[in-house]
Amino acid sequence: MQTSYKSLIMAMLRTGIFGFGGGPSVIPLFRYEAVSRYRWVKDEEFAEILAIANTLPGPIATKMAAYLGYKQKGALGAFICVAAHILPTCLAMILLFKMVTALSDSPVIHGMISAVMPVIAAMLGQLAYEFSAKAVKGLGKWLGVLLMIVSFCLLQVISIHPAIVILMFLTYGAFHLKRKSRSKEMSA
Amino acid sequence: MKIWISLFIGFFLANILGYGGGPASIPLMYEEIVNHYKWLTNAEFSNMLALGNSLPGPIATKIAAYVGYDVYGWWGAFIALFATVFPSAFALILLLKLIQRNRESLVVKGMTLLVQPVIAVMMLLLTWEMIEDSVHSLGIIQSLIIAAVSFFALEKWKVHPAILIMISFVYGGVVLPNF
Repeated sequence: MQTSYKSLIMAMLRTGIFGFGGGPSVIPLFRYEAVSRYRWVKDEEFAEILAIANTLPGPIATKMAAYLGYKQKGALGAFICVAAHILPTCLAMILLFKMVTALSDSPVIHGMISAVMPVIAAMLGQLAYEFSAKAVKGLGKWLGVLLMIVSFCLLQVISIHPAIVILMFLTYGAFHLKRKSRSKEMSA
Repeated sequence: MKIWISLFIGFFLANILGYGGGPASIPLMYEEIVNHYKWLTNAEFSNMLALGNSLPGPIATKIAAYVGYDVYGWWGAFIALFATVFPSAFALILLLKLIQRNRESLVVKGMTLLVQPVIAVMMLLLTWEMIEDSVHSLGIIQSLIIAAVSFFALEKWKVHPAILIMISFVYGGVVLPNF
């Protein structure tokens, strides 16, 4: 295997340290390291990991770090990836606690966190576009767009929890290709 | 009960019952940390959350590390982190292994295909939420300019996301506080 522990550690350190602004902001960083930079997984598999991670409880980022590490290097890889992802900020949390008011009231920190938001928005937007393109390519124009509209309605208009929406689509997906191949046989 | 067992149970419950990632578990952690075990007072919890939100990385593990350390030293931090991370990570690995083993089946292929539109829409909604937060703290014009520049940097010049984030930190830390 060509992946070294060093590249796993470096990738996870970067996702941990630059993941500002809560859960979702880290997804584009994970994708950059795992898909674009090191090619541990393809985009389809990345989407799948993200989807299954969302149907399970608990923090998303640590689950993804654990799986990526496990896929490359087994249980030890999983442990190392999670450790690299969370340790720097956990240590900072413990060591910096005395400076808490200085830090959370500092205009410099506030400025930094505000300025990073539009950057994260652009990254998430890029991901949204690329996954939409994939959905349309895989499912065809009509079905792809139709299913995106359906997911939008379920998620945003009637506000069903994402975990449930993903489960619904996974359940239908389990029958989708079988049904398609059967209808092809019938028309042939 | 031994304190490390309570640490394990408290963080295990708060995270296993929290759907939708770390932020969804914060109220559950509050329940365990402040109301049930009384490890922190309400004010201490708010302070800790404020610090946690000004540092990068997942919020659930930052809270676990801090409270575990506060209650039971380095060993406590380890136990609380383990209870937070391990159960769900283990479940994800098991499920994905099952999927990997059946890669070629039409069932798994169909599931992989069908999950794409949901993920695309989820990303779209997250983008929208992030834009709202950004407009709230920076205003429309600055948000749009920074987002547009970032998009070009990512798409056309293939800049590493971390470099972009560092540039925005410099801008936010040096330029913004002076206006």
